[in-house]
Amino acid sequence: MRIDPELIQRAKAVAAGAAEHASSVDTEGRFPQEAMDAVREQRLLGLLIPTELGGEGRTIREVGAVCEVIAGGCGSTGMIFAMHHNQIAGLVRHGDTDAFRERCRRIAEGQLLVASATTEISTGGDTRSSTCAVEPAEDGSFTLVKNAPVISYGDYADLLLLTARANPEAAANDQVLVFAEKDTLTLEPTNDWDTMGFRGTCSPGFIATVHASQDAILPVPFATISAHTMLPASHILWSSVWLGLALTAAEKCRTFVQHAARRTPGVTPPSASRLAELNIAVDSFAARVHQAAEEFDSIEPGSDELERMGFALAMNGLKIASSTAVVDVVNRAMLILGIAGYRNNTPYSMSRLLRDAHGAEVMVNNDRILLNSASMELVRRSRTP
Amino acid sequence: MTSEETIRDVLSQHAKLGVDATTIGADDDLYAAGMTSHASVNVMLALEDAFDIEFPEELLRRQTFASVSAIREAVEGLAQ
Repeated sequence: MRIDPELIQRAKAVAAGAAEHASSVDTEGRFPQEAMDAVREQRLLGLLIPTELGGEGRTIREVGAVCEVIAGGCGSTGMIFAMHHNQIAGLVRHGDTDAFRERCRRIAEGQLLVASATTEISTGGDTRSSTCAVEPAEDGSFTLVKNAPVISYGDYADLLLLTARANPEAAANDQVLVFAEKDTLTLEPTNDWDTMGFRGTCSPGFIATVHASQDAILPVPFATISAHTMLPASHILWSSVWLGLALTAAEKCRTFVQHAARRTPGVTPPSASRLAELNIAVDSFAARVHQAAEEFDSIEPGSDELERMGFALAMNGLKIASSTAVVDVVNRAMLILGIAGYRNNTPYSMSRLLRDAHGAEVMVNNDRILLNSASMELVRRSRTP
Repeated sequence: MTSEETIRDVLSQHAKLGVDATTIGADDDLYAAGMTSHASVNVMLALEDAFDIEFPEELLRRQTFASVSAIREAVEGLAQ
């Protein structure tokens, strides 16, 4: 599928600037402000919002393509961009009220950045269960206090989505999604973000307190928002970011091997075979990510098809496959680039890519996803036609 | 046991509801009552064993197991 070249050009403009600052973002563990300014300048924060609300009505496949390009310049910027659009997908597909349509319009118009708090200290990485609860008041407002171990770019976002139990009596998995504006929210930091990779996502823990009107609660249970939209979209968009890292590693290798070949015309350098193998791995990786995005886009929002176990298994499989593929590709690149990739001060340096790549398997741990798939495998029906 | 009693028996063993599965309303949402997707798989397996049936692909979705009456409808449809 061909992606709108104008869209790719805008993404490339961001990626070029992001690449310039990626090293200092990584070293200092700081928010990629320059790159995110460029994202806003290119008006890329409203891509999924319908055109009638001031967005561009783009598909997940298109947004994924932009994630690939931006992540190629800076992995942290790519992840922030991917997470924002996952939040927007949830709002666009499930915010079927005038209040939410108005919010989407404001996000597109003001190029507002949306973060999320879907994990909680007490429940760990299990996003489908909450301890904190929305506490409704008689005047139509509510209060929510959530101790979140990680809120990516929490300090830099304009808006925040939080999961919580629907009310103080609700079961742990009877969750809603709450939309918090800056003026309804206080964030009290509880730890810092000093990690191996994706250092610029700036994802420390916070105690978030929201006091807002009840129309800031999404009108659909989070169970549906998660299964129909946010889980598949996050696996697709994160995978697109990791694919962007793999493509950058492949590009370094291409340049390196071709440079070596020019010095010895007539002799194919041994690393060229490794490059050929690496590109086979990258092609499988890309095909899987693109196919998943196209499948998701082809299913009507709200359709029963999104509830199918086979669909959930395919999306879990995508996350596991992509997060391991990126490490595999980066490792292959290390061998091709040799000492030039091992050094920190060459254009071929693999340090940041290597560290970023290893984040993929642990951000929503693959073991958790595999266990979820394992329970579905106990009842999965025949896959033969 | 009637099929509804068997269903409620399976639910009390496997659904991990926050309420009593033998008295929960036939149309009450089991997920809202605390059944996780992991628990719903166990419920599915136990139902297949109890009724000696196999849920076909098209019934393997959230809605099939959303309430006692939804489960009964699915189970009775398969037993015919």
